[in-house]
Amino acid sequence: MHVIKVLGSGCASCKRTAERLEKIARELDASVEVVKVEELSEIMGYGVMATPGVVIDERVVHAGGVPSALTIRGWLAELS
Amino acid sequence: MFEALADAIAFDLFGLDPASAVGAAVHFFIQDVTKILALLVGVIYAMGLLRALLSPERVRDYVRGKPRWLARILAILLGALTPFCSCSSVPLFVGFVEAGIPLGVTFSFLIASPMINEVAVVVLAGVIGWQLTALYVATGLTVAYVGGAVMERFRPERWVEPYVWDLQAGVGAPRPGVKGLRARHDFAWGEVREIVGRIWKWVIIGVAVGAVFHGFVPAEWVVANLSGDANPLVVPAAVAIGVPLYSNATGVVPIAEALLGKGVGLGTVLALMMSIAALSLPEMLILRKVIRWPALGLFAGVLAVAFTLVGWLFNALS
Repeated sequence: MHVIKVLGSGCASCKRTAERLEKIARELDASVEVVKVEELSEIMGYGVMATPGVVIDERVVHAGGVPSALTIRGWLAELS
Repeated sequence: MFEALADAIAFDLFGLDPASAVGAAVHFFIQDVTKILALLVGVIYAMGLLRALLSPERVRDYVRGKPRWLARILAILLGALTPFCSCSSVPLFVGFVEAGIPLGVTFSFLIASPMINEVAVVVLAGVIGWQLTALYVATGLTVAYVGGAVMERFRPERWVEPYVWDLQAGVGAPRPGVKGLRARHDFAWGEVREIVGRIWKWVIIGVAVGAVFHGFVPAEWVVANLSGDANPLVVPAAVAIGVPLYSNATGVVPIAEALLGKGVGLGTVLALMMSIAALSLPEMLILRKVIRWPALGLFAGVLAVAFTLVGWLFNALS
């Protein structure tokens, strides 16, 4: 089980990012858990200044903007 | 091209009279919506292909440790080039503070970023011309510089929420680059969908307001009441109207076009545009998480005064 964290203080783009991740993970039947991180200290801990950010297994893979479906598929493909 | 399209739809298809208020408004609406959306898609796609978008993390690395004046100039220029969603204001603010960048410089960045960005500049130039666009950009950069410098005089550090100083920013992993034409196209197209998806409603609202003004407000009334000579209080009133109103900078463009077309003073229009784009209640409320009310009040006050002075200056010159 891989953990994907979506960093963001509850803005619309952050919600869309989490939803998109969950939807594509379901489609690909990937074994991931999507967690929303809204705590500022934790977001800053990843060194991310532009939200939403995406952290996969504690590695920052994306920051600032909703990632495209293609990008997400790429990440999930790498995991399996 | 867009004018011909608007002619065809408003006058031929709907059979509206070009001289009527409704006809003028509908024509304005169709022409501006199509033109602005086309410009938006074009410029965002081109920027996406170039991948020239700077991230705030890189801005921070450029700015940290530079002498104050240089840091401020860099912060403003990078702020103008870096698009960021206002929901990122808080992590961005904390990241700057944590890196030891002076608060005044951070405020300069926060002023410049929403007011000027490459998308708004291209749309502005496409709608009201290069000369006025250059004027808007130059004035915006100056206001960001002076505004941040003035803020610094008031020692805003004392109003930062104490917990901010204790936050530790980590080092984010380097992000994977985009390689290959196909990936670049996907990235650029993703950017178009993302950004247009976020700001299209501001554009529609802005064009609708502009269209109503263009169609229904008589030019004689505007010249008598809203021109710079008629009443100097028009400028602070324009700034005050802009504070509760919030729009993406792109959405302000059609309103500016309609106002200028009817003879509202150039300074008044500049002041209104800047106030709508840079001073917004939602962003203030977001920033409240990291700084207390006196600093927010000061931020709004300094900007309101600066925009008013800009308005008076350009009304006097033009």
